[in-house]
Amino acid sequence: MPLAVQFTNVSRQFGEVKAVDRVSIEIEDGEFFSMLGPSGSGKTTCLRLIAGFEQPSAGSIRIHGEEAAGLPPYQRDVNTVFQDYALFPHMNVRDNVAYGLKVKGVGKTERYARADEALAMVALEGYGQRKPVQLSGGQRQRVALARALVNRPRVLLLDEPLGALDLKLREQMQGELKKLQRQLGITFIFVTHDQTEALSMSDRVAVFNKGRIEQVDTPRNLYMKPATIFVAEFVGTSNVVRGDLARQLSGNAQPFSIRPEHIRFAVGPLASDEMEVTGLLHDIQYQGSSTRYELALDSGQLLSISQANTQWLDDAGLHLPGQRMAVRWAKEAMVALQDAPASDASGPLT
Amino acid sequence: MNQVASGPNHSAMRRFCDVLYTRPNLYLALLLIPPLLWFGAVYFGSLLSLIWQGFYTFDDFTMAVTPELTLANFAALFQPANFDVIKRTLVMAIAVSIASGVIAFPIAYYMARYTTGNIKAFFYIAVMLPMWASYIVKAYAWTLLLAKGGVAQWFVQHLGLEPLLQFILGIPGVGGSTLSTSYLGRFLVFVYIWLPFMILPIQASLERLPPSLLQASADLGARPRQTFMQVILPLSIPGIAAGSIFTFSLTLGDFIVPQLIGPPGYFIGSMVYAQQGAIGNMPMAAAFTLVPIVLIAIYLAIVKRLGAFDAL
Repeated sequence: MPLAVQFTNVSRQFGEVKAVDRVSIEIEDGEFFSMLGPSGSGKTTCLRLIAGFEQPSAGSIRIHGEEAAGLPPYQRDVNTVFQDYALFPHMNVRDNVAYGLKVKGVGKTERYARADEALAMVALEGYGQRKPVQLSGGQRQRVALARALVNRPRVLLLDEPLGALDLKLREQMQGELKKLQRQLGITFIFVTHDQTEALSMSDRVAVFNKGRIEQVDTPRNLYMKPATIFVAEFVGTSNVVRGDLARQLSGNAQPFSIRPEHIRFAVGPLASDEMEVTGLLHDIQYQGSSTRYELALDSGQLLSISQANTQWLDDAGLHLPGQRMAVRWAKEAMVALQDAPASDASGPLT
Repeated sequence: MNQVASGPNHSAMRRFCDVLYTRPNLYLALLLIPPLLWFGAVYFGSLLSLIWQGFYTFDDFTMAVTPELTLANFAALFQPANFDVIKRTLVMAIAVSIASGVIAFPIAYYMARYTTGNIKAFFYIAVMLPMWASYIVKAYAWTLLLAKGGVAQWFVQHLGLEPLLQFILGIPGVGGSTLSTSYLGRFLVFVYIWLPFMILPIQASLERLPPSLLQASADLGARPRQTFMQVILPLSIPGIAAGSIFTFSLTLGDFIVPQLIGPPGYFIGSMVYAQQGAIGNMPMAAAFTLVPIVLIAIYLAIVKRLGAFDAL
């Protein structure tokens, strides 16, 4: 089966700036694939390269096996949901949704029937006659989705589509998008800077940093086995231990990561597969379902510790700042990290 | 400027400001009354009085105006001689508006979508620079440019297009003996003079068009021509309509260009000028004044009907 989208050493340069730098990705057909990264990391440029709004400076982009570099957007079998929705203000909702069919020459009866069908799919039946300005942000987002899906693309691109929605609506839309993707079976490529969103929705996630891909993996692997320092720190919270302390604890100088929730306060005898360190309890943040402690080790390293508040406790018997505490973790929870993505080691081209 | 504010003057000012702040309606009234007085009494009042005079009677023999009310002046507008003036002006105004729109659109599009910073500033100045010079000077300059043996003719000769020019000048209703005494010449000058009034509103409307709309259109499969027809043009219609209101009404009311360039024969503006100046027939001049007002009202109604203001 051909891949839905394949990047081979794709670069996109804007003057001196390398927005995308020798990126290779393979996105499988029917996959929910997220591109995660901070702003300016190249994730949106990658999406625009797939849509055809940008052309690569170097490298090859294949969409369903066909070379796409050089093809304008209107000759690609992909559709985009824009961050600002980009609904046509002079058309009503139905005409907006039917637009893609209209420009391809589909007759009026059929295109309106299919537009209504697409509107029903996003639970907006009966809104066809309204103008986009008469809709709420969430409704506009659904119209944008229907407008893209009505063309039955094989790949749907979503450029931070939930960014402008409030938290409750965003969570609801996350669920609906995931459901829609399973139901339609088409490839979704989802760009976001929100790691929770990426982890909860995706089959696989690519983490971008400075125009390069740091890691492509399933959400679980990304969180449990981050490959690089950047991934460990960007996806969730992590204690990254380096230098002398790393050598002292793990036996070699390679930095490692340990998640705050994998550290617990020392109780009873130390097991053979556990590590123990002591430090001064420095800060305590009560966060409802969990409590976050900050422990200052003698080396100066700060360790963040998260404890689930699973037991019914009152104020008595709690840890207090200034106390000297011992903490432990299982050795297997220490994940060795690379400084930079592994592909960099195989000889940079510059 | 850093005076220490003190004394009763200051506190009176402050009290006044406080009063204004707590009574926004009073504040608004103070701001609006002077312009409303100006607009209402001076402008609108004199316009009504002018139209009212259109009902007065003019005696052809004594050349005297008497305040006896009559519809004769308005009826006279439909006499063939007068009606020709109206038709001639109207056709010119429509032709000038269409041509200005066609010429202005690409310039406005380029300014809005492809220029930034200094280049955009250059275009703004280049478009508005002609408006800094007196309009009469420009009209006179054009009479020389278009005259027999003038620059325009020189170019035509050197391009070997002399026969074509002669052919065009030979078409009745368009031509004349030379460019500067032809309808074509008058049309060219009108288009030249009013073009900035068309470019700027179109440019403003295109400037407001988000680039993502054009990308969305292409993304949904529209070819550039379809994107232009379905998205760019409909969304720039308010700008085109605003520009054409300028070009249309300015051409309808103009009385200088028709005197300087083109064949003899009155335009509405020059007719008003002649009636009230040379002839002293104020009532007939007033009746003619009503014509552009009515035509523009009709034009606005049509434009509104076509939905040009829906996107505002």
